[in-house]
Amino acid sequence: MKFSEQWLRDWVAPQLDTQAIADQITMAGLEVDAIEAVASSFSGVVVAEVLTKEKHPDADKLNVCTVNDGTGEPVQVVCGAPNVDVGQKIPFAQVGGVLPGDFKIKKAKLRGVESRGMICSASELGLEEETSPGIFVLPTSAPVGESFREYMQLDDMTIEVDLTPNRGDCLSIKGLAREVGVLNRLPVNGPDIAAVDASIDDIFSVCIEAPEQCPRYLGRIIKGVDVSVDTPLWMVERLRRSGVRSIDPVVDVTNYVMLELGQPLHAFDRDNLHGGITVRLARNEERLTLLDGQEVALRPETLVIADDKGPLAMAGVMGGENSGVNEKTDTIFLESAYFTPLAIAGQARSYGLHTDASHRFERGVDPALASVAIERATHLLLEICGGQAGPVNELSSSEHLPAPCNIVLREARLESALSKRLPTEDVTDILQRLGLAVDKQVDGWSVTAPSWRFDVAIEEDLIEEIARVHGYNNLPVRRPSARLALRSANEAGLTQAQLRNQMVARGFQEAITYSFVAPDLQATMLPDAASPVLANPISSDLSVMRASLFPGLVRALEHNLNRQQTRVRLFETGLVFNGHLDNLSQIPMMGALVCGSREAEGWSGAKAQVDFYDLKGDLESLLALGGAIDAWRFEPGEHPSLHPGQTAKLLHYDKPAGWIGTLHPQVRAKLGLKVDAVMFEVRLDALSEGVIPAFEPLSRYPEVRRDLAFTVKAETPVQALLDCAKAQAGDCLKDIKLFDVYAGKGVADGCKSIALGLTWQHASRTLNDDEINLLVDTIVLELRAELCAELRG
Amino acid sequence: MDHLPTLVSEARDAIHAAQSVSALDELRVRYLGKKGEVTALLKGLGKLSAEERPVAGEQINQAKQTLATEIDTKRQQLENEALNARLAAEKIDVTLPGRGQESGGLHPVTRTLERIEGLFTRIGYDVAVGPEIEDDYHNFEALNIPAHHPARGMADTFYFDATRLLRTHTSPVQVRTMKSSEPPIRIVCPGRVYRSDSDLTHTPMFHQVEGLLVDEGVSFADLKGTIEDFLQAFFERDDLSVRFRPSYFPFTEPSAEVDIQCVMCSGNGCRVCSHSGWLEVMGCGMVHPEVFRHSGIDAERYTGFAFGMGAERLAMLRYGVNDLRLFFENDLRFLRQFN
Repeated sequence: MKFSEQWLRDWVAPQLDTQAIADQITMAGLEVDAIEAVASSFSGVVVAEVLTKEKHPDADKLNVCTVNDGTGEPVQVVCGAPNVDVGQKIPFAQVGGVLPGDFKIKKAKLRGVESRGMICSASELGLEEETSPGIFVLPTSAPVGESFREYMQLDDMTIEVDLTPNRGDCLSIKGLAREVGVLNRLPVNGPDIAAVDASIDDIFSVCIEAPEQCPRYLGRIIKGVDVSVDTPLWMVERLRRSGVRSIDPVVDVTNYVMLELGQPLHAFDRDNLHGGITVRLARNEERLTLLDGQEVALRPETLVIADDKGPLAMAGVMGGENSGVNEKTDTIFLESAYFTPLAIAGQARSYGLHTDASHRFERGVDPALASVAIERATHLLLEICGGQAGPVNELSSSEHLPAPCNIVLREARLESALSKRLPTEDVTDILQRLGLAVDKQVDGWSVTAPSWRFDVAIEEDLIEEIARVHGYNNLPVRRPSARLALRSANEAGLTQAQLRNQMVARGFQEAITYSFVAPDLQATMLPDAASPVLANPISSDLSVMRASLFPGLVRALEHNLNRQQTRVRLFETGLVFNGHLDNLSQIPMMGALVCGSREAEGWSGAKAQVDFYDLKGDLESLLALGGAIDAWRFEPGEHPSLHPGQTAKLLHYDKPAGWIGTLHPQVRAKLGLKVDAVMFEVRLDALSEGVIPAFEPLSRYPEVRRDLAFTVKAETPVQALLDCAKAQAGDCLKDIKLFDVYAGKGVADGCKSIALGLTWQHASRTLNDDEINLLVDTIVLELRAELCAELRG
Repeated sequence: MDHLPTLVSEARDAIHAAQSVSALDELRVRYLGKKGEVTALLKGLGKLSAEERPVAGEQINQAKQTLATEIDTKRQQLENEALNARLAAEKIDVTLPGRGQESGGLHPVTRTLERIEGLFTRIGYDVAVGPEIEDDYHNFEALNIPAHHPARGMADTFYFDATRLLRTHTSPVQVRTMKSSEPPIRIVCPGRVYRSDSDLTHTPMFHQVEGLLVDEGVSFADLKGTIEDFLQAFFERDDLSVRFRPSYFPFTEPSAEVDIQCVMCSGNGCRVCSHSGWLEVMGCGMVHPEVFRHSGIDAERYTGFAFGMGAERLAMLRYGVNDLRLFFENDLRFLRQFN
């Protein structure tokens, strides 16, 4: 909310400068966002009167005027504004004056005619952002010769406060003044608001069908208003300084009273109302054209103000186009109502609307304010537009009005909550100044919250108020104490940090990509994936939850390739989302992507490009980290994003736990990538599962090693060979190493040679050649039988 | 016997002239070997008289000793020369970079999250995590933000349907933890959160760390102490000024925004702090009794505090990053700066 400092000071006058007030309310929870001068700096501008006006002899659009600026002699000035006229009071920039933008006023000749000064428009004085169509015409009462700044009281600041949703009571000058009064222990004085006596008997019938949503509704007829008059300059200025544009005197008065007191008001044109007013919920398929011209289909939970023909306004949000006041309006029906926060909350937003009225009603408008506000508005309307007021027609449903809240504040609770004992009289004083009715009791206070404080209902609310007014920074500081109790810690498990550090050690940079991705990207990479889709994405590019880390990593790769980064090693940890909302899994994964040369560019000549086995090596280093690499297996697999001949499915204790493979050339082409990339993605829960090391005694007896080379068909997986050999190698096998894979000269076409190194050792004796030979023979026989592997000579 | 001096001098010359260890070995055999020339003289001793014999023997042995020493000295010299030559030949440029994989690095947000976690776990907090697709109940309702509450407008929420959404803060983890455990509770909850906001200073996804402490007798003073200590530790500035401003969060009361003295200008006023000298860095407050009620904790017996902070914001201040959006572009040139 924006407000004028001068306006506030009319209500409460602390001996503080602007910044000090801003600091004070900021530290009391009303955060000041901005302080701006209400007018740019300018000088040498006075109130003057136009004495004469003649056509410029050489220019159609210019006039030659003389003005009385209070210096005695009439001053001749050339003016181009279409609206300049004799008798007007105008802001006049004298020679020597300086306008905003450092525009110096000098004696000048315009098409041969001398001009000594300038008649200013509002925008030339920095009072309007848009270029004004003509000069700024002042009221005839403006005193000639007075400094324009002083006349307009422009030495004022607009202060903008960012109010939290609980402080709807501060959305007015009255509310802000009350707060400043509390903080400075000063009285708060607003204008006297007396009931305006009815001079006519007209009333307009009102019926409340929805008292729960609208417990109070006040209406009043004002007849014979003149909407064509100008809103007084002081009001236009206060509105402007509060960020509200002047529309017409009726709307201006309702806005003014809302800013002043916090009560949103609405004025209907009586002649456009039919029958009587009904406050009710919208009926099915009712439509309403709002003030801003948009037509909405009303939903049944929306509160409306209707007449016999249908909805006139969305209650507490916005009026309708056809029932509002216009320049021809003669009789208005003024509404001042209390709509409950629950009735209005969410309504405006659900229609894509946000208005000053809905903002206030959903936070809570003091229900006691409606009658004060209608009197204040009536008084101002009669003063400005003339006319005659009818009696106020008030309908209230006391059972639906908020009941005053009775709260007990325990002295002991207050002390323990703040770790400080505040003097009883200080607490009583703070509560009373906040407008609470206080009854001091033996060990605390019994208080009743005022009707404007919707946020004070429980003991903690009072503790907060006391802490706030006392000042958070005046409260003590302490460190919590706790028992030094040890807890057991899982030694086998790996933390995400350990896994990430391993990737870092292997030369990967960590990426963080958005958890939502573009649907077409996900469909290209994972055509079968089902993952939740956002109903209100920020853009269609970020609308579907990722079912894999691959799409994000590929996008990150693309970003880097486009920036001449050809060697990319990225990893990411995060959730992937699989399934529909009702059977959703949110699975923590680690994914990685490599692309480009195996090693960073350097002198040692390792320029080879990374391939599947490079990334597999990185992955195996992760799998080995917890000491349980034996739990993992790689099996040839098929994945829509990956090359069918270069894809492995990862099994962790025989359960699928991830994928590794080269990006599918077709997918790559669809994504527009020109380079190969290898990727993996593994479940973090499986990765984190390690084992606690279990000691095995060291054997004192010698190891026996035998190297065996086999020829097998090229497509035979090495894993099968290793598994088969292991199964036949007996209990004393200590290690099996694959030390060569070869195809080419000396090996038949379509075959490859695999060399295995087997090491045996017995715990308690030396193994003899015969038993090892027997094992080797069995292995050779079994490999031949199972895999057609031939022992090479 | 008479030519012993000549023989010794001849041998000496040969030893000095030797160019290799093998040449030396030959000389040793030639003069001192079993059939060597000096050894041969010993064999002639028998022809001498008993008086001459010891004297001559002594002279020959001395000559042998002298030559043996000279050969050893020469050998040592030759070996040293050979070693030096080899070492000289094997000299490399030690300023060339080493071979193999370079180290990578953590994302600055992870680095920040780990640092925050570390500060709290070291004094006994646990790390807790929760789902990112949340339900309305845990994200709002249980945190005292009923439907249509204006506070729902404080965070623009991504929805999947009427009740499922992307969590807008890490606070739902508080509720889940309190429901499943008994006080004393001390947790920090780091994680991704989502709000439908995207401009210079907002990304639709960012990271928060939520903290929660619930025990008997916890007061606002404990909260102030914890937050002050944390911020001073995080920025490694013991004299960092911290101030608490009343604010509003539906799930805490009293609630506060926390400002620190601007770390960029030491509070003198700069662009980063909008010339105020203060930076808003986190929100906090005492757990609202309504949240305790939803979580099944007795609000009369227990009190607690909660706090929440944006990891990106802290990372920006800590490392001087000036554009939030860089965190999610994953540009290697950016990421490598944090290695």
